[in-house]
Amino acid sequence: MASILIVAEHANGALNPATAKCVDCARGIDGADIHVLVLADSPDAIAAEAAALEGVGKVLTVADAAFAAPLAAALAPQVVATASGYDYVFGPSTTFGKDLMPRVAALLGVNQLSDVMEVVDARTFKRPIYAGNAITTVRVRDGYTVVATVRAASYKAVGSQDAAPIESAEAAGGTPAHTRFVSVQTGDSDRPDLQTAARVISGGRALGSADNFEIIYDLADSVGAAVGASRAAVDAGYVPNELQVGQTGKIIAPELYVAIGISGAIQHLTGIKDAGTIVAINKDEDAPIFEVADIGLVGDLFKVIPEIKSALG
Amino acid sequence: MDKILVGLKRVVDYNVRIRVKTDGSGVETDGVKMSINPFDEIALEEALRIRERGEASEVVVFSIGPSDAQQQLRTGLAMGADRAILVEAADAVDPLSAAKVITKLIEAESPELVILGKQAIDNDNNQTGQMVAALWDRPQATFASKVELADGKATVTREVDAGLETIEVDLPAVVTTDLRLNEPRYVKLPDIMKAKKKPLDTTPIADFGVAPDDAFEVSEYAPPPQRSKGVMVEDTAALVAALKDKGLI
Ligand SMILES: Cc1cc2nc3c(=O)[nH]c(=O)nc-3n(C[C@H](O)[C@H](O)[C@H](O)COP(=O)(O)OP(=O)(O)OC[C@H]3O[C@@H](n4cnc5c(N)ncnc54)[C@H](O)[C@@H]3O)c2cc1C
Ligand SMILES: Nc1ncnc2c1ncn2[C@@H]1O[C@H](COP(=O)(O)O)[C@@H](O)[C@H]1O
Repeated sequence: MASILIVAEHANGALNPATAKCVDCARGIDGADIHVLVLADSPDAIAAEAAALEGVGKVLTVADAAFAAPLAAALAPQVVATASGYDYVFGPSTTFGKDLMPRVAALLGVNQLSDVMEVVDARTFKRPIYAGNAITTVRVRDGYTVVATVRAASYKAVGSQDAAPIESAEAAGGTPAHTRFVSVQTGDSDRPDLQTAARVISGGRALGSADNFEIIYDLADSVGAAVGASRAAVDAGYVPNELQVGQTGKIIAPELYVAIGISGAIQHLTGIKDAGTIVAINKDEDAPIFEVADIGLVGDLFKVIPEIKSALG
Repeated sequence: MDKILVGLKRVVDYNVRIRVKTDGSGVETDGVKMSINPFDEIALEEALRIRERGEASEVVVFSIGPSDAQQQLRTGLAMGADRAILVEAADAVDPLSAAKVITKLIEAESPELVILGKQAIDNDNNQTGQMVAALWDRPQATFASKVELADGKATVTREVDAGLETIEVDLPAVVTTDLRLNEPRYVKLPDIMKAKKKPLDTTPIADFGVAPDDAFEVSEYAPPPQRSKGVMVEDTAALVAALKDKGLI
């Protein structure tokens, strides 16, 4: 039977939703025995969440103060130690997984399969290249451990189940001292999370200033949407980097995506290909965003947004 | 600091519209504009700024690729790199093999800092830098948007999903670049002339004793599923009505 080890991502004592999507991907491999590895300073609550994910057979934990911050150099040796005997090692294709999993792959002596979007069969997978402009079908020869990151936007979170057993795994020890966590600065927001929100409203360079961007936040709040942005808007300092959507930002799949004052550069579109309905508002009728929009409106955003607000009442 | 090593991968220019060959055997690259991977240009710019601040004495660029990658190395020299190394490989090189070659370059050059792009925009692998750090058994600071060097350490701000993370790593270390780290300089004509005299050494990849990894077999390249063209609405009222219709608001 194929055995799969999934490296859990978590923050502030809670499991990141991307982990449940890795489980969904892993379930695509027939007869897989799926285990989740939780590395944390205090893993218990996180492990309990992981154990309740439908399809998980076992949760393994290692508690170590060195795992308090997600440092790849500290985590990789432990993942490698626990991974011995597994046929597959999966992590989410988030900045956490992208940082950690290639370090794990190299220590295991294999290449990593990045951004898996479809499991064709137990050894065959689809993944995007060239900013999603081509999809490749890749077969991993027998005898190699499959180390992969899972493109969360291609998968749904699994449901829940009666808790699977939780065990502590053998600690590998020997955390390197050469890498130290200093701090993390997050936009403290009560708004829905960009990566999991059902609705996302994004603004681009057209907003012109951080002050003007407030109308995007305001519109988003009135429909309970998360806020996103183009790279140009982030570069110009209108919004923080964690709001960037696209090839080098977040890849998202909300039910509704509204692009306001965004031209629709290929690198931006990569991030929204899996959205349910794409709405574009742009004053240029030739903007490329209209080629992918399900609903398009040509107009000046500074006029259109107040109109939408008043139509919503 | 003595030396900084920077990777410059030759890739299809980011402005080119990528087309999958009709027989599904690959992506059209004939007659297509090739450039330095954008993240690698940022890596080089950062190395040059560090040297210009007097915090490093030499910037060495390398590329693993076909002999045509000399063009990208010459551009790197024109930007200001001191010296270039081409590891000539006729076929595409997988990230693990690239990382093994880079580790050998590191052994030969003993840099204190290796700066690579966070990802090559052809295969979007985002793994070579992390693999180099693993094989070298040194720290990695990926997705950097700010790098400060002092006392044998680098303090690096990283672009992560949650926001901005700061870590401190002992040198030597590997840094991979994110887009907001800096804006690369333009190359001026006199610099291109000067770059012609700078050293560019070529070594065949076979000399590195790295066997290409053949674990992955790509059986097909396909264009992505196309989204069908939608409708244009006349005004805001029609937009709001359409969204309500679909139950989206
Ligand atoms: C390697 C690489 C990676 C990249 N990664 C990303 C990424 O992850 N995400 C990303 O977004 N970009 C990315 N980019 C950048 C991308 O190529 C574009 O430059 C960027 O997306 C443009 O942002 P924009 O649409 O906001 O700005 P612009 O292209 O300047 O578009 C502004 C739009 O607003 C419209 N407009 C202006 N005024 C108004 C008004 N009053 N009302 C309505 N509409 C108006 C204009 O018609 C125009 O279409 C990347 C680029 C590179 C090279
Ligand atoms: N063939 C290569 N030549 C030079 N640098 C490379 C090569 N392959 C990868 N790199 C470096 O590694 C980074 C990440 O590449 P990748 O892991 O393929 O996405 C690139 O941005 C380069 O800096």
